[in-house]
Amino acid sequence: SIDAREIFDLIRSINDPEHPLTLEELNVVEQVRVQVSDPESTVAVAFTPTIPHCSMATLIGLSIKVKLLRSLPQRFKMDVHITPGTHASEHAVNKQLADKERVAAALE
Amino acid sequence: MKDSLVLLARVPAHPDSRCWFLAWNPAGTLLASCGGDRRVRIWGTEGESWICKSVLSEGHQRTVRKVAWSPCGNYLASASFDATTCIWKKNQDDFECVTTLEGHENEVKSVAWAPSGNLLATCSRDKSVWVWEVDEEDEYECVSVLNSHTQDVKHVVWHPSQELLASASYDDTVKLYREEEDDWVCYATLEGHESTVWSLAFDPSGQRLASCSDDRTVRIWRQYLPDNEQGVACSGSDPSWKCICTLSGFHSRTIYDVAWCQLTGALATACGDDAIRVFEEDPSSDPQQPTFSLTAHLPQAHSQDVNCVAWNPKEQGLLASCSDDGEVAFWKYQRPEGI
Repeated sequence: SIDAREIFDLIRSINDPEHPLTLEELNVVEQVRVQVSDPESTVAVAFTPTIPHCSMATLIGLSIKVKLLRSLPQRFKMDVHITPGTHASEHAVNKQLADKERVAAALE
Repeated sequence: MKDSLVLLARVPAHPDSRCWFLAWNPAGTLLASCGGDRRVRIWGTEGESWICKSVLSEGHQRTVRKVAWSPCGNYLASASFDATTCIWKKNQDDFECVTTLEGHENEVKSVAWAPSGNLLATCSRDKSVWVWEVDEEDEYECVSVLNSHTQDVKHVVWHPSQELLASASYDDTVKLYREEEDDWVCYATLEGHESTVWSLAFDPSGQRLASCSDDRTVRIWRQYLPDNEQGVACSGSDPSWKCICTLSGFHSRTIYDVAWCQLTGALATACGDDAIRVFEEDPSSDPQQPTFSLTAHLPQAHSQDVNCVAWNPKEQGLLASCSDDGEVAFWKYQRPEGI
């Protein structure tokens, strides 16, 4: 069954859009911030932008979401959000990432 | 509660893609579906099976998000992420794109025909709602651009008998519009939902409006006219809308669609938890504070999110649904005994 380590392995090497480093190297993603329930088919990933006003937060969240959408079985419900308290616009960013219509249009 | 909703048929309507929306024609004989494969498909029965009678391709460059039939049943409108709305004219089993409505700055999220057949409304991520007039020569003209919402507008629906328009938005509100002295105005804003409002449905009488949201609730709103008996305050000659019922605790994820059966008054919902639910108003409930009971709950109605539910306008209990898994399903709903 799919566990947190497996999810983390999918996202750890995603490149940060602004720095020549991976999301893992920048501590944007950490295995401890990945929650999985295989029987319930749910995955939740909290990511921590490098600075509270990071303008790339939505883009980073989207790249995590895309990686999961393309790698996991379709039964999984995915929630990608900002680690609470780590970004000035976390509600607005989280809302966009949770809107599957907006995500679909952005990716098309 | 599982037995109140029985599967009749399942079709792979938009393979390798998601099916976003469904619309029955006014006669109840055809079902239009649309999806991420940029196509619209028309389904009809052949004996006991549902078969695809037409495929409308070459209309859009991107996802088709919603479809809507004209009240006469001869036209179909399709709203797309490519920022256009196509108007298709039906000629037996063939559909020809007769006009393409342009103007929105980005994805068109919804299209709806007014009951008169002379007006069309569209809405978009550009935050606006457009009202279009169509004349006898099938010429379309935009007569109003309404910029009342502060965010992406997800859905528009017309009142069943009056020229009244409602819109639902990412800004968590529902807005109502009507024509006043040759111009369209927003005359009411319904607040209460705590997140994006995805869809709307009027009840058969048009006195109540149901809305569904990412906040996992369905809200029922009622219109109160000036000088109403209940003493609900109105400003001037404008009707006032109040939330008279909230259905919470039933849905575990975003509710993408709500459909109010015009024949029976049953309310169906399409949810991101893959389930379909039906609610019915308790017969003894107070019209000003109605109570609704859950009469059907079908988990795993689809293998992924349910995006749309649509009641057949002529055949009681016939419900269609579609999903991110690309399938369309047909169901028979029967209100359970003793509820």
